[in-house]
Amino acid sequence: MPPRRRAHAKAFGRRGPILVLVGLALAAGGCTYPTFGASHGADVQGQEIGKLYSGMFMAGLVVAAIVWGLIAWSVFRYRRKKHDNSIPRQFQEHIPLEITYTILPLVIVIIIFAFTVITENEVDAVSKRPAQTVDVTGYQWGWIFSYQNANGLTLRTQGAVRSFPAAKGYTADVYPQLVLPEGRPTKIVLRSADVVHEFYVHAFNFGRFAQPGVTNVFEFTPVQTGVFPAQCSEYCGLYHSEMLFSVRVVAYPRYESWLRYQEHHLNQIPKHYPLTQR
Amino acid sequence: MTTLVTRPEAVVEPPEEAHGPSGLVKWITSTDHKVIGRSYTITAFLFFLVAGSMAIIIRTQLASPDNTIVSQHVYNELFTMHGSVMLYLFAGPFAFGGLANFIVPLQIGAPDMAFPRLNALSYWLYLSGGIIMLLGFVTTSGAADFGWVAYAPLSNSINTPGAGPDMWIVALVLTGFSAIFTGVNICATVFYLRAPGLTMFRMSIFTWNMLVTAILILIAFPVLTAALVMLWCDRHIGSHIFTVAGGGVPVLWQNLFWFFGHPEVYILALPYFGAVTDVLAVFSRKPVFGYKGMIFATIAIAALSTSVWAHHMFTTGTVLLPFFSIMSYLIAVPTGIKFFNWIGTMWRGSITFNTPMLFAVGFLVVFLFGGVTGIFLASPPVDFAMHDTYFVVAHFHEVLFGTVVFGGFSALTYWYPKYTGRMLNDFLGKISFWLMFIGFWVTFVPQYLLGEAGMPRRIAEYLPNMGWTTLNRVSTAGAYMLFLSVAVMLVNFVEAWRRPIPAGDNPWDAHTLEWATSSPPPHHNFYWIPPIRSERPVWDHYHPEHPVEREHPPRTGGDEVAAARSTARPDSRAQFGSAATARGSVNPEGPSHEPRAAGDPGDDHEGQS
Amino acid sequence: MKAEGTVLLVIGAFFGVVAIVYWFWSGETSGTAMLTGAFLLGLLPGSYYLWWSRRMRPRPEDDPHAEREEGAGVVGAFPSSSIWPFVLGLSAASVGLALVFGSWTAIVGFVVAAAAVIGVIRESRRGGVV
Ligand code: HEM
Ligand SMILES: [Cu+2]
Ligand SMILES: [Cu+2]
Repeated sequence: MPPRRRAHAKAFGRRGPILVLVGLALAAGGCTYPTFGASHGADVQGQEIGKLYSGMFMAGLVVAAIVWGLIAWSVFRYRRKKHDNSIPRQFQEHIPLEITYTILPLVIVIIIFAFTVITENEVDAVSKRPAQTVDVTGYQWGWIFSYQNANGLTLRTQGAVRSFPAAKGYTADVYPQLVLPEGRPTKIVLRSADVVHEFYVHAFNFGRFAQPGVTNVFEFTPVQTGVFPAQCSEYCGLYHSEMLFSVRVVAYPRYESWLRYQEHHLNQIPKHYPLTQR
Repeated sequence: MTTLVTRPEAVVEPPEEAHGPSGLVKWITSTDHKVIGRSYTITAFLFFLVAGSMAIIIRTQLASPDNTIVSQHVYNELFTMHGSVMLYLFAGPFAFGGLANFIVPLQIGAPDMAFPRLNALSYWLYLSGGIIMLLGFVTTSGAADFGWVAYAPLSNSINTPGAGPDMWIVALVLTGFSAIFTGVNICATVFYLRAPGLTMFRMSIFTWNMLVTAILILIAFPVLTAALVMLWCDRHIGSHIFTVAGGGVPVLWQNLFWFFGHPEVYILALPYFGAVTDVLAVFSRKPVFGYKGMIFATIAIAALSTSVWAHHMFTTGTVLLPFFSIMSYLIAVPTGIKFFNWIGTMWRGSITFNTPMLFAVGFLVVFLFGGVTGIFLASPPVDFAMHDTYFVVAHFHEVLFGTVVFGGFSALTYWYPKYTGRMLNDFLGKISFWLMFIGFWVTFVPQYLLGEAGMPRRIAEYLPNMGWTTLNRVSTAGAYMLFLSVAVMLVNFVEAWRRPIPAGDNPWDAHTLEWATSSPPPHHNFYWIPPIRSERPVWDHYHPEHPVEREHPPRTGGDEVAAARSTARPDSRAQFGSAATARGSVNPEGPSHEPRAAGDPGDDHEGQS
Repeated sequence: MKAEGTVLLVIGAFFGVVAIVYWFWSGETSGTAMLTGAFLLGLLPGSYYLWWSRRMRPRPEDDPHAEREEGAGVVGAFPSSSIWPFVLGLSAASVGLALVFGSWTAIVGFVVAAAAVIGVIRESRRGGVV
């Protein structure tokens, strides 16, 4: 994010009253807000998005229901009766009404936009001192996850796809796995080695392009341990369907010991976990 | 053969119809906008069937996890060609090549398009482009398989080598030029060939929308063509515009493509908005509610749609999120105006539900939800969660299928009598509608849910333990219903062809000028034109006692007695003052003055120079 | 002519404003360039039409009170059939295919295209008694 835009983002973040409104809305929604099938988010950022989505979906349903209702009413109420050949009034305009339904959508979208900007800034924020930085590189067709540990060593996890010739002999669990600590922000630095991929973790409600020539930085703060299936979601060529990976969230102490363990087994492919738990 | 066309001023005896060529020769040589429009319509419809069949294969493949009905490579070709054929070869050409070509000159009382031979050239570029695109399938590399958006650097010669992708590029350049020529033609026709009294603010909403579409074409398509030329250079002469290695910028492709791509979806939508507006008014027996607001909304949509391209690039991390988000949201405002105007048009009307009206209402219902989910996606955080999942697939099918297929079938069944002089079977039409309406929701609601469950788009297979199988099965079943619905429509066409029911000039008691001439119209369209005193000349002619009610009679409404005018403007027109008619009154005998000699070179009313 | 010009100018002006806002907010070049192009696309024909509209009497189609007979007379010369668009289309397609296969079809395409252009022009001369 260029500095100019970040400054701008801050300015928006200071809009106190709107924040209060959001807070109220979320408090009212509580933890059990409906997402209509979407993920509630297994990380802090994803939860924000889940709430925004839920709110928009409900607002959208209300608007849709009203307009559908109006359509249904006019269709059923004003259908021509049999043998009725009269011609209805030929009115064409009602200026106050027309102005109303110009202003109304405008107000609605501006409110939605305000919520959007708030969530956007929370989701895009990157903390100064993340617990861990992971470099993620997408390539045709797999992922490389590299962790920088305290001793300056780089741990790499790499995996390929089933159909990829180089991966012959691997079973389904060759898919690479990203390991993250629970409750701590992890910074992801995302790059592409060849074409455009998308690093998409459904459980985190988040996807970002691995765009050649661009380095994308963002942060996850998981709030839930477990193994979450994930995959490339931007079409990237022949085996795009198989560019799967998974995200494994573990408690922080376990994460540290995992990292230490990996240090002693450098150059070995770390143990993989099946894509879905149990 | 060039004919000098004169415009009739009153009822003229139909001249001896010139017996031009017929059959294949006519098809190849005709420059008549009606022949070309019909060719466009048929060709585009064939492409619709081709791309629809691909969709059926796609859906069949996805009905089971890890399915291998087609290989991954073929699947990638199929969704690329499904999207490309639907958008570039069906939806657009069906609207601005087929419907607009046939209807716009008729609606403005013109004898033909402004540039008939350019019009024919457009068709041949389009047809050859379409054939070249599909011929990609028989090359050794197979057809293009980089998605209809051809993101660089996947689309370069290293990642997607072969002749098939190159043919895709060339096909798009050819159809792109065809679209540009049609755009020029429509603008010139609307600007220069309107009938006397048919001011800009008396054109039907369909014609207005086609004009705005034509302007959008002129903005958007040149950018696509330029981008394709750059891509071709990258592939063939070693330039590095879109490759990082050579110092290029891959994301530039996305900027260029979507600067075309987003207006393109409105190029596809606006014509059908216009057609549906006309249909709703005619079958409600009322004028279009908020006529001026409708025009304003169309222009606003067109303008805004060209400033939102990067909402397709939210997840690249390279675009100004708030700008593109708010611009996208703003499109909801004119679209909302349109919706309320559509409802206002039906409100207190006297509605009959013939097939065109059913499809038009179907369009309203379907498009509404597509629009609402579009609002969600205009929010960058939500887009982060939903981008490139089946949620997006469901969203854009709801808007595209809603406009192009529901709106398109509405337009096709509405104008079919004008195209052919025959009626379609209303019963079969209704069956087709209900199959389509139900099939549509069965196909695409599961896709929304799949997107929410995290299924990415453009995947040839998925694992059985993802929990996506049932929803995919339902969606596939819905796709088969859609197939059936189109089949019923085809049966309807065949029936109308085998057992013609003559339609008459004006079967729907419609409003606009195309219904003033015979069905199908004669060569050069009109022997007689009613006086034009509102945007509903034909309605005014048949129902002179039911003009539009206006709250504030506008100064230009034509309500004034024209005699007053002739004193106010003592120019050459004063000599015709005696023939002035008040609005709504009909003077089928024609005005009582000496008719001008046809071909009078002193005609200065065209005003071109 | 006035309404036509105004529509184009309004659309063009919108893009002018958006281009300025976009440039100062994002600093991104490609989008600014394209928006500026769209601005010019509205400005040039729009101002041309407006310029003309002041120099001519309103045409019958600009006049809400115009009578039908005011527009009577010659509308223009409209060819009703011509083989040349077909020939031109085919030659364009063969030039296009040459871009794919890099073969001799380009030469054939260019020759046929030239012939078609000559054909179109001669046809216009013959029929053009407007
Ligand atoms: C006949 C009913 C249709 C069905 C069952 C259908 C089905 C599908 C499916 C399942 C996909 C996703 C393929 C994938 O991502 O793997 C798709 C993609 C697409 N469809 Fe359709 N479709 C239909 C009609 C249409 C229509 C009418 C249009 C446009 C006018 C259209 C335009 C597209 C586009 C642009 C894509 C994206 C292609 C891409 O990802 O590159 N479809 N369709
Ligand atoms: Cu991929
Ligand atoms: Cu868009």
